[in-house]
Amino acid sequence: MRSLIVAEHSNAALKPAVLNTVAAAQKIGGEIDVLVAGHNCAEAAKSAAQISGVEKVLVADAVQYAHPLAENLAALIISIAKNYTHVLAPATSFGKNVMPRVAALLDLAQVSDIVRVDAPDTFVRPIYAGNALATVQSGDAIKVITVRSTGFDATTATGGSAAVENLPAAGDTDLARLVGQELTKSARPELTAARVIVSGGRGMGSGENFRILESLADKLGAAVGASRAAVDSGFVPNDYQVGQTGKIVAPELYIAVGISGAIQHLAGMKDSKVIVAINKDAEAPIFQVADYGLVADLFQAVPELTAQL
Amino acid sequence: MKVLVPVKRVVDYNVKVRVKADGTGVETANVKMSMNPFDEIAVEESVRLKEAGTVTEIIAVSVGVTQCQETLRTALAIGADRAILVETNVEMQPLAVAKILKAIVAREKPGLVIMGKQAIDDDSNQTGQMLAALLNWSQATFASKVKVSGDELEVTREVDGGLETLAVRLPVVVTTDLRLNEPRYVTLPNIMKAKKKPFETLAPDALGVDIAPRLKTLRVQEPPKRSAGQIVKSVPELLQKLKNEAKVI
Repeated sequence: MRSLIVAEHSNAALKPAVLNTVAAAQKIGGEIDVLVAGHNCAEAAKSAAQISGVEKVLVADAVQYAHPLAENLAALIISIAKNYTHVLAPATSFGKNVMPRVAALLDLAQVSDIVRVDAPDTFVRPIYAGNALATVQSGDAIKVITVRSTGFDATTATGGSAAVENLPAAGDTDLARLVGQELTKSARPELTAARVIVSGGRGMGSGENFRILESLADKLGAAVGASRAAVDSGFVPNDYQVGQTGKIVAPELYIAVGISGAIQHLAGMKDSKVIVAINKDAEAPIFQVADYGLVADLFQAVPELTAQL
Repeated sequence: MKVLVPVKRVVDYNVKVRVKADGTGVETANVKMSMNPFDEIAVEESVRLKEAGTVTEIIAVSVGVTQCQETLRTALAIGADRAILVETNVEMQPLAVAKILKAIVAREKPGLVIMGKQAIDDDSNQTGQMLAALLNWSQATFASKVKVSGDELEVTREVDGGLETLAVRLPVVVTTDLRLNEPRYVTLPNIMKAKKKPFETLAPDALGVDIAPRLKTLRVQEPPKRSAGQIVKSVPELLQKLKNEAKVI
């Protein structure tokens, strides 16, 4: 058995979810290679070579990989996929975009969003917004998989010394090009990698009111998230969204503020270790999953909490 | 330009699903079924493109059991022009659906396919990307804004870090994210009109597509339950518990 991990990176650095994906491959067993396709991506490749448990890093450095376009990446991945029994990527917007294209080009099924490996061909994945767990077995010769980070503890980022090999680029498919990006700039940790998350919902009332959450987050070294209701209301950008179709998180501490707790939101955070809910509505469903519930006006409770930390 | 809009019949998003006692799946008998919400957004976007004069005809397609007719009727009521049901009782997995859609595309020759980014039942998030791959088309996934300009589609995509805009070559498969639009309410006159719109039913065999499932579901289980914890009375009590009991701060 041999697994290929398709690394998500910014050319300068690897995304943390790569470490969880390597961990999933370790559960499968066999050798593990990492593909770093980018442009001027030597730094990302160097980090990949240091991940504990990685045997080989394949680097495809070409201008058509400067931005991870599914069309170009899939063409590259299928050129080497036959050397592997498993091809894995994190179930982030990157992996979700690229991997089904890879699978279909190879006439393979994909197993999305796995949270557990039962056997090299058998995986557990949540369905129905996490309200059920399906155990699925793949009969395909190559298993194409996306990995939900929260299902696997990150492997160690250092200590490895993988060989780095250059991989010839596949051609530019010329099907797509990047026009622009509006990435949220924040000094706070990334949602999916944060130890503590402070999340706001419709109860926040406005985007400005999110400042009180930001102050609390800064005291705790936390990331700031939001429910779909808060994003749809325009309080915060889409990349704050935690839930079935947003980000799936499982921090040590999740503080839900003014969030009622729709099942779609719970799907994104219910694996958090400790959940705190602050909501003035004592009947809010969020209290049914919270370890600690505080029925209070968030505009008083949150600043009080911040002040006492 | 024609647009093809695949729609899926799923358990309504408001229903709290229950796992069957025998572990073979979730209970779908006597449960409210609806169009997958992301597909509704796809139908709405097609109708808007038609209203803007970009698109000439909207063809809705569904793959599955007889009752998918209802889902297609909803698509027609929102504004699709005609519907195709590929009727089968076989459990349909994303790759098989993508193959059927590829055959429909070969027949109908749309310049654009718009579909939901994921179905809220199996949460796979695969079919659109797979269809694009099989057609060797470009893909514009997780779209929150689309604009056709010349032989390209400009798409704003919702990605983990924020938003990105791509220009992709037509023809293209677009998959919709939540904020692409807000679907209109279906009115009674439009429901009546939908009943008179062309509706075609096909068998997968007629399309010459292998739809055998590739993944075997061994069992479906309830996730571990999270039980409700305790209600604290005050902020100081909360802090004290987080420090001394949960030990997370």
